[in-house]
Amino acid sequence: MNLRRLLAISRKEVFQVVRDSRSLLIVLLMPLMLMTTLGYGVNLDARHIRVFAFDREGSQASQDLLKRFQSSAYFDLVAIVTDYRALAAALDDGRCQLAIVIPYDFSARLHDGRPANIQALVDGSDNNTAQLAIGYAQGVLASYGAAVQAEYLRKSNAPTVNPVLSVEARTWFNEDLESKNFIVPGVAAIVMAVVGVLLTSLTVAREWERGTMEQLISTPVTSLEIIIGKLLPYFALGMFDTAVCAAIAVWWFQVPFRGSLIALTVGSGIYLIAILGLGFWISVATKHQLAASQIGLVTAFLPSFLLSGFTFPIDQMPVGVQPFTYLIAARYYIVILKSVFLRGSSLGFLAGPLIALVIYAAIMVFLAKQSFHKSLA
Amino acid sequence: MMRSSGNSVEVENLVKRFGDFTAVDRISFQTRAGEVFGFLGPNGSGKSTTIRILCGLLRPTSGRAIVAGYDVVQSPELIRRNIGYMSQKFSLYADLTVFENLRFYAGMYGVPAAELRARIDWALEMAGLRGRESNLTGTLSGGWKQRLALGCAVLHRPPIVFLDEPTSGVDPLSRRLFWELIQRMSSEGVTIFVTTHYMDEAEYCNRLALMNGGKLIALGTPTELKLGAIRGSLLLLECDRLGDAIARLRHLDGVRDVAVFGNALHLVVSEAADSAAIRAALEADAISVTSLHTIRPSLEDAFVALTARRGAEASSELPS
Repeated sequence: MNLRRLLAISRKEVFQVVRDSRSLLIVLLMPLMLMTTLGYGVNLDARHIRVFAFDREGSQASQDLLKRFQSSAYFDLVAIVTDYRALAAALDDGRCQLAIVIPYDFSARLHDGRPANIQALVDGSDNNTAQLAIGYAQGVLASYGAAVQAEYLRKSNAPTVNPVLSVEARTWFNEDLESKNFIVPGVAAIVMAVVGVLLTSLTVAREWERGTMEQLISTPVTSLEIIIGKLLPYFALGMFDTAVCAAIAVWWFQVPFRGSLIALTVGSGIYLIAILGLGFWISVATKHQLAASQIGLVTAFLPSFLLSGFTFPIDQMPVGVQPFTYLIAARYYIVILKSVFLRGSSLGFLAGPLIALVIYAAIMVFLAKQSFHKSLA
Repeated sequence: MMRSSGNSVEVENLVKRFGDFTAVDRISFQTRAGEVFGFLGPNGSGKSTTIRILCGLLRPTSGRAIVAGYDVVQSPELIRRNIGYMSQKFSLYADLTVFENLRFYAGMYGVPAAELRARIDWALEMAGLRGRESNLTGTLSGGWKQRLALGCAVLHRPPIVFLDEPTSGVDPLSRRLFWELIQRMSSEGVTIFVTTHYMDEAEYCNRLALMNGGKLIALGTPTELKLGAIRGSLLLLECDRLGDAIARLRHLDGVRDVAVFGNALHLVVSEAADSAAIRAALEADAISVTSLHTIRPSLEDAFVALTARRGAEASSELPS
């Protein structure tokens, strides 16, 4: 390998990127665009679930229960209706996501120590919200039930019974269970996948299309010099974008940053090499810019988005799909990102995903090198 | 065993097939040091394919080619250090400036840092691009682009230069300038291997190889080709009623071929036929002859005669 030739290639690529306004726009705008759309747009939290109630009793006890829904951050008690049909209509046209029916003998049953049944109707068309709504509703009802029970025991002068089990839950790493803390760090992986694969996938294909490759390969330059020389500038751009993403995450979205900057830099660098290698391989294999960018988007963006654990936890995916996630570089990088931002893991704890990424990057560069021939046929 | 010097090209039974199509069909030739070797032939005759094989860009199907002393199959990388190549399509970076393109190729060819400035200056001078160093290459006109491409291809002073249709689509004045550059390099001992389909350019070559349908149909100096191709001598005839004249002459003993050239006829005649007999035959049919005299055949005459003869031989080989 000849360093002068390698740097000559890099310098040429820099000139070309700087003069190609479309590439520059991708580099500069992509982190901002994806950070804002994904950071604000992908919200898996269920807050302010709209609740309609049909209170058939209208007693002090039923009002107490509804107040508990009212005061929960998860629910907005929108209206109390007076018949069942109004409740069904509200669910039908989406005015409420959860409908609660309190039976006419609610307080009497509580008074007698008999179980009272509360009916909850849930709009299941958004299953994520529906499940969360059921869970939160059960939480509200359980705490109300416990209070009623304690009151009942106190009144009946029964000997104090210690509760057998009680859960004292504390969440680590993402204390308020905010989904932005879960989503935003991962956006860097998507940005790099898009920027890295899209830009590099064009770089070789463009030279074949314009005929400049024929001249280039008639010189003594080696294929490895071409590959590394072409990837260097895009590596720098990718690292720049990573820094932009991290800065937006910490200073704009207020995502905690608890790990080491070194772990983030090392992990990002290796991930970037893997992604650039993939883009280069696609470019070498297709030789056409349009095909390269299409394949680049399909192989980099969609899997990084859907299969990497960015939006959906991998262990909750269908068993048949899970093995494919190992083929996605972003899978390993997302683990590193979440660890560095939320857990505060150091380099040592991240050995597993880091090694996986090193292997991934080595395979990609090898494939790019193998499929790039200094020949026209 | 072929032993060759640093600036020669030796080709032996070279074949290149793409699937069922034979692009280059068992061609053999040798260039001499410092000569301008022209490859002449219509589009699709196998010129570009041959040049790409010689530059190590395509692998031959069979046969041997030695360039600058190295085998094209075994050591293409060594060949690339010793040649300059200019492809048919303009292939410098249109979004780099003139100077950036020169510096880039100087880097690719490993021009030593001490010589860099002098070589780039030389190339700028040669291409007539002094003062335009910072122009984007894409904005240059055709002639300048070609000369810059040549400059880039010879920055490292290669002993052999391959030029694939270097002047296609360039204005006549620029073509002339370009050929002056080629002659100058040749006089400095560089072997130039050039393809063209312009007959007038072929006249500038020391030797010519005529390609047609992947085959090498003739090889020699332009003069040898012109004389050797025509069996007999060539007459120029100016007369009225060209159509009747052609019909009459086709049946005249000693006339081998009649072809229209502008508003006159070119006749290929055997030594036996003399112009007096031809004139008499035409005047017997009341065709008035303005002029009839022997001319030197042009390369175009030679090329037409050679391809026609090859075609006739090929069709006579077919089973009837």
